[in-house]
Amino acid sequence: MSQRSGEARAFWVLRLVTYTIVLVIGYIVFDIVYHGAGTLSWEFLTGMPRKSGSEGGILPVIVGTLCLVLGTVIVALPLGMAGAIYLSEYAKQNRLTRTIRLAIVTLAGIPSIVFGLFGLGLFVIFLKFGASILAGSLTLACMVLPIIIVASEEALRAVPQSFREGSLALGATQWQTIRKNVLPYAVPGMLTGSILAVGRAAGETAPILLTVAAFYLPKLPKSIFDQVMALPYHLYILATQLPDVNKVRPMQYGTALVLLILVLGLNLAAIIVRSRYRKKYRW
Amino acid sequence: MTRTLWQEKAARLLLQGAALTSLLIVLLIVVFLGKESLPFLSKPGWMELFRTRWNPVSFEREMFGILPLLSGSLVVTLLATVIAVPFGVCAAVYLAEVATVAERELFKPFIELLAGLPSVVIGFFGLVVLVPLVKQVFHLQTGLTALTGALLLALMAIPTIISISEDAIRSVPLSYKEASLALGASRLQTIWKVTVPAALSGITAGVMLGIGRVIGETMAVMMVTGNAAVITFSPLQSVRTMTATIAAEMGEVPFGSAHYRALFCVGVVLLIFTFGLNIIAQRVLKKYRIGA
Repeated sequence: MSQRSGEARAFWVLRLVTYTIVLVIGYIVFDIVYHGAGTLSWEFLTGMPRKSGSEGGILPVIVGTLCLVLGTVIVALPLGMAGAIYLSEYAKQNRLTRTIRLAIVTLAGIPSIVFGLFGLGLFVIFLKFGASILAGSLTLACMVLPIIIVASEEALRAVPQSFREGSLALGATQWQTIRKNVLPYAVPGMLTGSILAVGRAAGETAPILLTVAAFYLPKLPKSIFDQVMALPYHLYILATQLPDVNKVRPMQYGTALVLLILVLGLNLAAIIVRSRYRKKYRW
Repeated sequence: MTRTLWQEKAARLLLQGAALTSLLIVLLIVVFLGKESLPFLSKPGWMELFRTRWNPVSFEREMFGILPLLSGSLVVTLLATVIAVPFGVCAAVYLAEVATVAERELFKPFIELLAGLPSVVIGFFGLVVLVPLVKQVFHLQTGLTALTGALLLALMAIPTIISISEDAIRSVPLSYKEASLALGASRLQTIWKVTVPAALSGITAGVMLGIGRVIGETMAVMMVTGNAAVITFSPLQSVRTMTATIAAEMGEVPFGSAHYRALFCVGVVLLIFTFGLNIIAQRVLKKYRIGA
């Protein structure tokens, strides 16, 4: 009997730990939504910042982040998906494939600030792009590439082997098979993973710190060689670099909330795409 | 027919090229980090890195000893690990073995949500909520301490640890548990003596990947640890990590200066650390896949 109650007690401890974690996450999200909601207004979202960002809106900051995210997607999405198709459909178990896989795992583990240093050395200085949307997007693309590849490969592997065999048996070539009978079923899954990667790119600060982000630049970018402000870096500036940080608290919470909505919105979109697609295809 | 064949070859070649990009990026990272850091080793010399003070901007004598930064990163990482591992593993055990289906369906995505929160948002939360709290609880002059950073980092490592550990625990064959229960062991005894040991390599891999994330984390740490470059092992002192040093100082250094090169050296050290952790974690993971 005492053993039973000991077991119940142990399970309660585990339950308590789990609920604590869940509560802390919930509290972080609640705190930012609760304090940030008051700042959100049409003016805040579409206005120009004034006085180093301590007043006014954050339009160029939002536009900057959207530019970076778009640039990252344009570069990383085709590369990542194509790489995943090769690894899942063509690659043989040989040394080259193993080396590529090791490279992907390595890339996934490299700290974001090291990507920043790399982007600074290669794109900003060596290729002379300067601190620009181009340099920042390329740096972010390198960072999210492994996420896209791993997720896409998983989606491709989930397509049953018989789909491929059927097509090949009818005389289709391998590329025809992939295009017509594998990709259509895998693309939703590939997109899910990619949306998650985009969410990560939107929220990262360290890589753009050294390659694109401007401290204060209250105008909209005109070309990909322009510097921009970005949501995560702007939040960092507002929270730590302004003379009287407590006075700009509403601006800080507002910016944090916009960033949170963007990132969590993307994650939510990924979850919805995934569940819809799971319902549509069952094999 | 020839057109189809040509298409076949082109497609294959293009896809292979895309796959090789990852390898190319890794090589480029090594090359460019090397290119910008290596000149430091000849002038002012690699011995400089082992000094005990980091004082890169000085009129008298610049100091580039990375030992304080290394100790800062180590203190924060160790503390974060000590906090994150019990929490992460307990929650993973709970979710895999004890929780009801409803709890699992609700909590797993919710905890994965935490992995998606941008580090700067967590850092901001830490600055506004946690820093005053730490200051009050420990009666300090400032709440910007290693402990504050470690708490936030633990929070960021927990989803990784839970996610991988839970997978590992759930993939322990059912027959192990059944055998244990059939021999009269209680559920708790089965979890403690059979399931967790069988999943241990997976749990270890999760922990190591979590630590990898902690060492490389920049923004949250920079915002709440106070950034004093001193060698200390006290959790209630302000510390400065390697990542925060790069992020905070790189914006202001002249290109090609000794300080600039020193920061790239710090980047190389970080790269080596995370690469090592990653390789070990992969080895351990592979072992557990074969075992299961």
